[in-house]
Amino acid sequence: MTTQTMAYIASPKPRRRVRRFLRERPEWLLVPLLFVVATTAWQAVIRGFDVPVYIFPAPSDIGRALVERLGSGVYIEHGLYTLSEALLGFLAAAVAGIAVGSIIAQFRIVEKTLYPYLIAIQTTPKVAIAPLFIMWFGFGITSKVIVAGIISFFPILVNVIAGLRSTDVQRIELMRSLRASRWQIFWMVRLPSALPMIFAGLQVAIIFSILGAIVGEFVGSNKGLGNLILQMNFNLDTPGVFGALVCLSAMGITLHVIMHRIQRRLLFWADQTKITGV
Amino acid sequence: MQSARMQAVAMERTERRSAIRIDGLEKIYETRDGERIQALGPISLDVAEGEFITIVGPSGCGKSTLLRMLAGLIDRSAGDIRVRDTSIVGPQPDIGMVFQSPVLLPWKTTLANVMLPAAVLGLDQATSRRRAESLLDMVGLGAFKDKYPSELSGGMQQRVAIARALLHEPSILLMDEPFGALDAMTRETMNQELRRIWRESGKTIVFVTHSIPEAVFLGTRVLVLSPRPGRIADLVDVELPDDRDLDSMASDRFGQVTRRIRAQFNARGGIE
Repeated sequence: MTTQTMAYIASPKPRRRVRRFLRERPEWLLVPLLFVVATTAWQAVIRGFDVPVYIFPAPSDIGRALVERLGSGVYIEHGLYTLSEALLGFLAAAVAGIAVGSIIAQFRIVEKTLYPYLIAIQTTPKVAIAPLFIMWFGFGITSKVIVAGIISFFPILVNVIAGLRSTDVQRIELMRSLRASRWQIFWMVRLPSALPMIFAGLQVAIIFSILGAIVGEFVGSNKGLGNLILQMNFNLDTPGVFGALVCLSAMGITLHVIMHRIQRRLLFWADQTKITGV
Repeated sequence: MQSARMQAVAMERTERRSAIRIDGLEKIYETRDGERIQALGPISLDVAEGEFITIVGPSGCGKSTLLRMLAGLIDRSAGDIRVRDTSIVGPQPDIGMVFQSPVLLPWKTTLANVMLPAAVLGLDQATSRRRAESLLDMVGLGAFKDKYPSELSGGMQQRVAIARALLHEPSILLMDEPFGALDAMTRETMNQELRRIWRESGKTIVFVTHSIPEAVFLGTRVLVLSPRPGRIADLVDVELPDDRDLDSMASDRFGQVTRRIRAQFNARGGIE
């Protein structure tokens, strides 16, 4: 017993630290482990059944395609193009969503007037109107920015309205007791109180904006990862398609993490569990 | 004629001395099917300048409604409320309000929360800041001015709320069961603190509570409301010494007053 304890204490410190770390955060071991297991199984199945690479590539094929095209800069060039479409659309949607949502939440009459139209627009699949924007704004970046913007506008709008609506009545009463104006109540209490919900909307929207950019590129474009996927698919370059998907997923994760960081910095005062995202 | 003038002067003098004058005040709610429910009153009452009046009553007697009408947050159905002889319409600048919960803004520091009235009313920043700091010292939270509300306990948060209510130097403080959510020990401390603040500042305080001992300990007068519709069941002069402490709660007079108020409650079947 004593010797065991002694041995335990005497064992090299780094190893103990690693062990303790993994006991507290097992996901740091489990997540990569699942990746290794899954890719190994995938590789084995594809090679074992001799599946042609243009039908379903093995992880090694995808890895090769990724390295090759990241090296030649193809993915990066098209990826940055798609990213700028998505981000510009997202920014436009964020500004418009917060502005329109604020006006709707502040004035009952505006809401009553716009509500049926908003429902009509929201229930229309936005993807279906993408061809129109290509026709109106051409194959360049503008049409994609608009599609990305429209798709990410609604989750923001809905959350802005809901957030502004759910202000704690006591906070408003406090402001009223100080004879605050409508705008003071809005800027000093309503808007900051709504920020956690607005951020939940922004989290959804930033992922939607990539979706919008890709859809726009599918419908008509001459650049971007969506365009690249179509080309590679046409040429039966399936590993290349998968590689582009990996790039898109990396882009999505990066944007999500950045948003999460901003949110944690800005909303340090809010109950983080209440802010839901994708 | 001269006597008439004398009378007018005398009237004026008493009028000047009353901070709040309530006359035939009523609140009637209308339900969805058009039924009218008398929630409160008619009530008539004079609150003198510098008085600490506490209001007790059974749940649902409309004591919070009364306070919110005084604050100008809700409309009255009948009667009049005069603050310094002016009939009030809406919230008044001369009134500070403390609610049941502290209602601090979680994204602002303690100091910024206390300075909220300055931001709303557009008061001078530097002066308000100095005042906020001294108010925080007064409520014993000078060292916590850069902390956020989530880092403070419930009692500390309520003290911040009191400091905030005093920032714009209102002469009247309206308090709606501010210590209801606190544990017994904290509540006693807060009661003593509030007595001290009242004596130091000379404010007129209207304090709603559902605790009879709290009402008696704090008030110079206790207004007892009847069950709905809330009317004045009794108005008791507490007549405890000004420098009362927790030992005063063991005094004969304290017991007497408490018993008298409790008898009112029991007679009307309004035991909580």
